Amino acid sequence: MESVALAYLGASLGAAGAVIGVGIGIGKLAAAAMEGIARQPEAAGDIRGAMILTAALIEGVGVIALIVCLMVILLK
Amino acid sequence: MMLHTLLASFVTATEESEKFDILHHVLDRKLYHLELFGFDASITLHTVWMWGVSALLMLLLPALFGKRKLVPSGLGNAFEALAVFIQDDIIYNYLGKNGRKFEPLILTFFFFVLFNNLTGLVPGGATPTSDISVTIVLASVTFFVGLFAGMKEKGVFGFWKGLIPGGVPGALMPLIWVLEVLSLFIKHGVLAMRLFANMTAGHIAILALISIIFIFQSYIVAPFPVITAAVIGVLELLVAFLQAYIFTLLSTVFISSAVAHDH
Repeated sequence: MESVALAYLGASLGAAGAVIGVGIGIGKLAAAAMEGIARQPEAAGDIRGAMILTAALIEGVGVIALIVCLMVILLK
Repeated sequence: MMLHTLLASFVTATEESEKFDILHHVLDRKLYHLELFGFDASITLHTVWMWGVSALLMLLLPALFGKRKLVPSGLGNAFEALAVFIQDDIIYNYLGKNGRKFEPLILTFFFFVLFNNLTGLVPGGATPTSDISVTIVLASVTFFVGLFAGMKEKGVFGFWKGLIPGGVPGALMPLIWVLEVLSLFIKHGVLAMRLFANMTAGHIAILALISIIFIFQSYIVAPFPVITAAVIGVLELLVAFLQAYIFTLLSTVFISSAVAHDH
């Protein structure tokens, strides 16, 4: 019973850590992109495209981490 | 069914009071059992919805553009705006002169994923893209197209050698090559996971909100989850378009990086 509880604890802590990391990453990315658009509104289209691409790649790391957490719970 | 064990924690409150399946809009269910060559090939709810979407697209798009009108009208106009947006913003932007070759595939990806995402918002509908097997097949189409187009463009040896980025010292080359091959698989695996996770997440959020009513067993709390679930429904509309766009964008980027020559 204790090992199951530890698995749940580990998985939830892992998910929290992954989300913190991805949140910081996408937050910094979005801040820089907004700044870029504010400075140069005519480049907004290019910046938005590059931002979405990079955000999706950062999000991918988060998805990998969440899958690992899910596997910890499901495989225990 | 792995998802079922995970979600069981949400619905313990309902199981005691009444036999009522609150998971019906999240999970797939078998409509007709079928086995082909020892594999479970049952017709499920997601399969039926995916057929419906495919039939709709195959009938609707030729009907709108079959007459070769110079300026489409009505619904055809809306579809043309979407197609031109994908063409200019994604295909020619990332693939350049190769864009013409991959355009049919990538536009098909976009409309197929978009409509499969949107069926989840139809009352009584299911989202085929919230099924991991659907997204894995979509991602493996991208994978194999990139693989074969890259090998055709650069030769079999040239493609696998081209995975190593320029400027790597000779001693490190085997290690970097193994890492790059692994990252090739991980990239496409995450492409499938991303679409699956995003399309499932909205439904699980709605499920968690509706479960609040059953957990509290009272009518007083009911309006809040219902209003919030409606707002999440609007958010899901945005997510459906965004994820279709992101899936198309990343597919194009992966194909273009497989086809592109070293620079």
